[in-house]
Amino acid sequence: MEGYEVIFAGSNFIRLLSGLWVTVRISLISIGFSLIFGFIVGIAMTGRSPLIKALCRVYLEIVRMIPQLVWLFIMYFGVTRMTGLNLSGEAASVIVFTIWGAAETADLVRSAFQSVPVHQFESGRALGLSQFQLYFFVILPQAVKNLFPNIINLATRMIKTTALISLIGVTEVLKVGKQVIDANRYDAPDAALWVYGAIFLMYFAVCFPLSLLSRRLTERKE
Amino acid sequence: MSGNIIEIRHLRKAFGDHVIFSDLSLTVKKGETVVIIGPSGCGKSTLLRCLNGLEPIQGGTIYLNGKPLEYGRKSLVKIRQKIGMVFQNYDLFPNMTVLQNILLSPVKVQKRNRREAKEEAEQLLEKVGLREKADAYPDALSGGQKQRTAIVRSLIMHPDILLLDEITAALDPEMVHEVLDVVMELSRNGTAMLIVTHEMAFAEAAADRVIFLDGGRILEEGEPQAFFHSPQTERARRFLSAFTYSES
Repeated sequence: MEGYEVIFAGSNFIRLLSGLWVTVRISLISIGFSLIFGFIVGIAMTGRSPLIKALCRVYLEIVRMIPQLVWLFIMYFGVTRMTGLNLSGEAASVIVFTIWGAAETADLVRSAFQSVPVHQFESGRALGLSQFQLYFFVILPQAVKNLFPNIINLATRMIKTTALISLIGVTEVLKVGKQVIDANRYDAPDAALWVYGAIFLMYFAVCFPLSLLSRRLTERKE
Repeated sequence: MSGNIIEIRHLRKAFGDHVIFSDLSLTVKKGETVVIIGPSGCGKSTLLRCLNGLEPIQGGTIYLNGKPLEYGRKSLVKIRQKIGMVFQNYDLFPNMTVLQNILLSPVKVQKRNRREAKEEAEQLLEKVGLREKADAYPDALSGGQKQRTAIVRSLIMHPDILLLDEITAALDPEMVHEVLDVVMELSRNGTAMLIVTHEMAFAEAAADRVIFLDGGRILEEGEPQAFFHSPQTERARRFLSAFTYSES
């Protein structure tokens, strides 16, 4: 059997697609949680309390300093063992990616809010707007405009990084690919290039539209 | 007390150890236009910012219509509807049209009927010559048009007093006039105003009373005619002479 035939042999392609779905599902859930928590932490970081600011800063730095793979191992092998909690690989992945994504989102939100000039806050207050009204009608719309392209870039980074979760036993697209290659080791020894090539195209198909969207938004801003 | 819109008694304001005012008192009567002048850093802008609670104060009392100001969140929202403020920087919200900028506060803060507020906004825009700019975004306006819009945005709240903080300082000279015309008109109609400006000719024309502030103290106070033509203090004389160029 030729290498390229492996991709479509039997249910291989369907299996790859369902692996891709696992990748996309975990990414989407993590990105969703990251946005929610990231916004909360990000707004806290623009607040007045120096203690909260410092805590957020420490959180962000720690998350950034340690590689995502190490976080995955800590969560999947370490925390589960220590607490006796029975976490599935997928749940551990979502937790780790949310911790990471929320930290990055928070930093983006912080800088987006801080890029709104001080006098916008002041003239809003001088008009008698409440804190909520000020943020909802005035600050948020201006901040989000700067924020959107950056958030999308982060999302594509997160999608690509989910490839790591095959290492804690989650059968996402890369893992499926490896299984397919291994199963055909004798019939089609050169399948690896073809299968990984197909996976490459799948990642591309997911990330490229996002990248386009980000570019569109950046252009419209200017 | 009656007839005083604003009464400041023994105001103390400091940023950390840096004292701006140690003991400042000042009143603005109903319908009065008071112009504050003085060198940069004398505390003019800080004074205006204290009046509507953008700066916390460290001592003294500010009365609005005879009632002492409170600085809680809820009461600040009320105070700021009574005290309109326009800043030096173009402070329109860039994500909203002129009309949306103007309507935000009456509709969201004062909960007024949108249609009724819109009618008033259009009348006010007509008055300042910006009727046709109602749907333009601030990006598309000149500096002078932005400031006139900002004035309308304050006026529609029906404030008891308007604070104008160097509203022409960032404008091209040609646009200063169109903005000052609007302010002049307000002054004639008896809108109480406290104005900080470096436009001396305008100050003389518009003011009912001029206050000369330096080093956080009122050094001189009086009728514009008297102040500009025969200032009593040496400091005021020196300050004013800087505005008229003469070869020495």
